[in-house]
Amino acid sequence: MNNKGQMIGRRLLQIAPVIVLATFVVFGLLQLVPGDIAVTLAGENATDARIVQIRQTYGLDQPFLVQYGHWLWNAAHLDLSRSYLSNEPVLDQILHRFPTTLLIVAVALLISLIIGVPLGIVAATRPGSRLDTVVTSFASLGVALPNFWLAMILVATFALTWNIFPATGAVAFGKDPAKALLHAALPAFALAAGGIAEVARQLRSALIEILSSQYVRTLHAKGLSPTAILWKHGLKNVSVTLLTVVGLLINRLLGATVVVEAVFAIPGMGSLIVHAAIHKDFPVVQGVVLAMVVVVICMNLLIDMLYAILDPRVGRT
Amino acid sequence: MNAADPLLTVRGLSVFFRAGLDVVQATSGVSFAIQPGERLGIVGESGCGKTVTGLALLGLLPRASSRVTGSAMFEGQDLISLSPGQLRRVRGRKISMIFQEPMSALDPVFTIGSQIGETIRTHFGVDRGAARRRAIDALASVGIPSPERVHDSYPHQLSGGMRQRAMIAIALVCEPRLLIADEPTTALDVTIQAQIIDLLMDLSARTGTALLFISHDLGVIAETCTRMITMYAGEVVEDAPVDAALVRPRHPYTSGLLRSLPRLSPRGAALPSIAGRVPSLRDMPAGCRFAARCHHALPDCDKAQTLSEVEAGHFVRCWRHDVLELPGALTDLERVA
Repeated sequence: MNNKGQMIGRRLLQIAPVIVLATFVVFGLLQLVPGDIAVTLAGENATDARIVQIRQTYGLDQPFLVQYGHWLWNAAHLDLSRSYLSNEPVLDQILHRFPTTLLIVAVALLISLIIGVPLGIVAATRPGSRLDTVVTSFASLGVALPNFWLAMILVATFALTWNIFPATGAVAFGKDPAKALLHAALPAFALAAGGIAEVARQLRSALIEILSSQYVRTLHAKGLSPTAILWKHGLKNVSVTLLTVVGLLINRLLGATVVVEAVFAIPGMGSLIVHAAIHKDFPVVQGVVLAMVVVVICMNLLIDMLYAILDPRVGRT
Repeated sequence: MNAADPLLTVRGLSVFFRAGLDVVQATSGVSFAIQPGERLGIVGESGCGKTVTGLALLGLLPRASSRVTGSAMFEGQDLISLSPGQLRRVRGRKISMIFQEPMSALDPVFTIGSQIGETIRTHFGVDRGAARRRAIDALASVGIPSPERVHDSYPHQLSGGMRQRAMIAIALVCEPRLLIADEPTTALDVTIQAQIIDLLMDLSARTGTALLFISHDLGVIAETCTRMITMYAGEVVEDAPVDAALVRPRHPYTSGLLRSLPRLSPRGAALPSIAGRVPSLRDMPAGCRFAARCHHALPDCDKAQTLSEVEAGHFVRCWRHDVLELPGALTDLERVA
């Protein structure tokens, strides 16, 4: 079990380089954006002197590496500097908007699992049956559907025609949980279509492989019932695959919120970064990227720790 | 039950597999019997139907793609026609099976102990504590030095030999009447092989469990079993007491197998081998299936061959059995010495 501790320690050590690399790449990309932010900030008819002054105030006259180093140093002290546009601290903006995005991602993940897991199990226990064919084709469709298109269809049907769900906006979960969930439902469903399909497909193929493995044959030879074999041995063995799928899914859902939040006009992280990128509000872009990277890394770490709990072979080589 | 009654009587066991649109026949009309406590070997090269026969007896072949005909009478029941529920009460309780590769035959994410315990609790209504004690006893009885530790270990933490011992403990924990051992030593190195064979023989003698030992290794069968069945291309070609078969095999294929054993063949001579290959399942000859590889083949060998008794308890599927003087592994003189 010491090995597992070592494994987690190793993973923790990998975090810092990943954060530095990811933020460095984004910082570098922002330098390539055409146009001068100082000119924009100075407003119309600004004098050259004013523009130079703005460059100095924001440190834009410094070399790239110095700017990055400065930003990184402050970020390490939880200071993500201020938005060029609103002059609000970036950290406050992120903390304000992250819960909305997290709620949508969490609900989407939950929907993916609640629908995807049973579908995968049903298909795997009857491979080749008509039900299996239906599930497999539905899964291919779900993977192929663009979520922004699905989002628009959902809005048109459930919000505009039937008036069951609100079409736009979000409510903080802390204020009114029921209303918050109602607002999160459509965007979450739009995101979950791909998730359901992914979970069902991966679970099906992993479970089929497990159920035709030699140790399952041994379990049959011991006289265990197919039910006991599926629910005890099948599920524990497949949980490792499921965990991998969930980890990848969380990362993908976080990314996909950018588009879906735009469709639903939700004030989350996705719309924040889109708005900031369009208006060259670099500190906000950097801050959001950093926050996303940290969340993804923490999720991956959590999943690695769960691996160690579920699979006794992890951490031993 | 009368002592002379066989424990298991297999009659005309044939296994068919669906392969695409075709149906291929893996074994045809396999018949044999095992007495209580007897150790019977099935020998033959890969693909001759040994393993399929073992799996068919316990209904372990995939139901969707296979069909089994014939009968296998065991304690008054025909195993082939039992319902899945009735078959489950036989598996692991009355008839157990162990497999070639103990690493892949054990569930990697459960401890050895829980894999023994669930077998006990499936067949007997005992609580976890009692199951644990019985599991530890079972591990001790297969010669595992620290059974408590192994009980709480996962398969990957054990060596190959220990895993196979654990496999045997799982198979024998409910004291079955018959153990089907499918190549149980093939994946192990030679010293461990010998230990596992000794263990199986010892357990069989101690508990009266009959053994159906499936192997391609005639040497192992000769060491372990009292009677042996030679299978070729899905058919039984010879069924004889091991001693009789070693000294005077009646089927050219058995003789060929014996002659090609390094341990049993004459010293100094080049190791004989049987040229050619097993005919394809899709393209079986009508007569003797071995004829194409047989040195003694005559035109008449393309007629259907029947399994006939040549001496008491010695059956052979070759119409020339009384003409041929086939070499065995040992001469009578060597046997005495």
